[in-house]
Amino acid sequence: MEQIIQQLINGISLGSIYALIALGYTMVYGIINLINFAHGDIYMVGAYVGYALTTFFGLGFLPSLLLAMLTCSILGIIIEKVAYKPIRNSTRISALITAISVSLFLQYTMMYFVSPQTRTFPNVLKGSRITFLNGNVMLDTKNIYILAITVLLMVGLQYIVHKTKIGKSMRAASLDREAAQLMGVDVDKTISFTFAIGSALAGAAGVLVGVYYNTINPLMGTVPGLKAFVAAVLGGIGIIPGAMFGGFFLGMVETMVSAYGGSIIKDAVAFGILILVLLVKPNGLLGKTIKEKV
Amino acid sequence: MKKDKIIKIGLIVAIYILVQALINVGIIDSYLELNIIIIGINIILAVGLNLITGFTGQFSLGHAAFMSIGAYTSAVFTAKLGLPFILAIFASGVIAALAGILIGIPTLRLKGDYLAIATLGFGEIIRILALNTDYIGGAIGFNDIPKYTNWTWVYIMTVITVVVISRFNRSYHGRACAGIKEDEIAAEFMGVNTTYYKVLAFAIGSFFAGVAGSLYTNYFYFIKPDSFGFMKSIDILVIVVFGGMGSIPGSILGAIALSVISTFLQNIPELRMVIYSLILYGIMVYRPMGLMGKSEFKFKLKFKPELKKKGGRLNVSVNNK
Repeated sequence: MEQIIQQLINGISLGSIYALIALGYTMVYGIINLINFAHGDIYMVGAYVGYALTTFFGLGFLPSLLLAMLTCSILGIIIEKVAYKPIRNSTRISALITAISVSLFLQYTMMYFVSPQTRTFPNVLKGSRITFLNGNVMLDTKNIYILAITVLLMVGLQYIVHKTKIGKSMRAASLDREAAQLMGVDVDKTISFTFAIGSALAGAAGVLVGVYYNTINPLMGTVPGLKAFVAAVLGGIGIIPGAMFGGFFLGMVETMVSAYGGSIIKDAVAFGILILVLLVKPNGLLGKTIKEKV
Repeated sequence: MKKDKIIKIGLIVAIYILVQALINVGIIDSYLELNIIIIGINIILAVGLNLITGFTGQFSLGHAAFMSIGAYTSAVFTAKLGLPFILAIFASGVIAALAGILIGIPTLRLKGDYLAIATLGFGEIIRILALNTDYIGGAIGFNDIPKYTNWTWVYIMTVITVVVISRFNRSYHGRACAGIKEDEIAAEFMGVNTTYYKVLAFAIGSFFAGVAGSLYTNYFYFIKPDSFGFMKSIDILVIVVFGGMGSIPGSILGAIALSVISTFLQNIPELRMVIYSLILYGIMVYRPMGLMGKSEFKFKLKFKPELKKKGGRLNVSVNNK
């Protein structure tokens, strides 16, 4: 029983990180139907910005988190303008390969500048550990911080999407880009804004991962990027609550699987669930079925 | 027509004899021969994937998985069981094709990006299974595989692949596959059994991926699951798109061009992937239809830019809102 509670706590922290990354995937997919493979690498850049700010500039946790988010959102806008805008009307497959090329570019440019070695993220959150249930369950304040920041960011995102004008244009553009344009929505600006928000969330996830796991490297974005994408598809791609649900769900499943002796196959389990969900309910667990029109 | 055929066969034999002679004389050294063999393997992989993605319009991001199935089958057949190479090649192809059918039947109901993600997932699952199977070496890799692959084997297999797939494309079945690519629903109305042809294309593509895996294994002595990861699938897909979706000469040229590019980039290891990514980006932005567009084997190659036409697009209709 204690084991399960402990794993739930770990699962929620891991799930928060997946959920934050998955939100960016799902928003970008919702608006331009592109699997943004570079998204995992934006998260990596976020972690490095956080690392640089805390190590070399001695900033505290919150200012570095905010600055990393800002940097990532600028990076997201630049990627959108430079790489994705020219291919917006080309085929699906060339868009996908462009996204992969951006991902490779970010990974290996970063590796060129910071060297491939793994770095230790400074321990900026000096928290205490709370133990309960006879000392068998350990709750680090880091877990609470991660969950609190994730929930805060999600509430903020929901506010932006549902209560502001730019959020309304985002929803309109994801429903039908051309119709939104005809109604006077500045689609280019909306897409840039979507990339900015999604990338900021990924940047936040990067800093949180640095704080939580203490190690970062230039290729750290690939696997969480794929997993977060799996999370987004699980919940139903293009649906914001779906990405949150998918992220937490995947985080829990993964920690449970590795806790009960399956740590070597945990990635296979994640993909297995993905395929199962795709076969049973291709639009995701929270998705609506879309009828194919002829 | 008959004259054309004779010229073609003559050309095929002439290329073989020329390269073999150059190898024997020593003008083609072992380094160059290695690159020629890599190009041959990449041609087999790319032409096979072209049948799935280029001709039938099914988006696969897991092609390297079938290559790994073939590679491990061949390794077990030659190193553990000591069977002849020809049998190993054939078995690799058949087992990869069976895996293709097994994976294809459930996933090919999906379309577009969803199919891409499902195949990606299967590729990762196969890689992780290989990592955790001790019989085939697990994460350490499979060692001491006899070296059978040489220019003759690679050339014969490449020619067989190209001939079989281009004949297939021009057959009744090939037209059914092309119909699925253009418009799946319309093809179904015309009486095409879409599931059957999608799985068939998948099985044939996987068969040749298995053959390529077998050739790869028996050239490099050593394989490990991570050689056949997600990035390998992407490399093959890039060759297909770079050469031109649905163009076999394109796939051949693409395989040659990208192998040459990566050989040159090996001189600057620290910037290799950065430049590679920029080249990819440049190709996708400036020539998204690929080098050869959709052109076929003809003595006069026609360049047909198919960018804006509907037929040039992948059939993805999941998001027809």
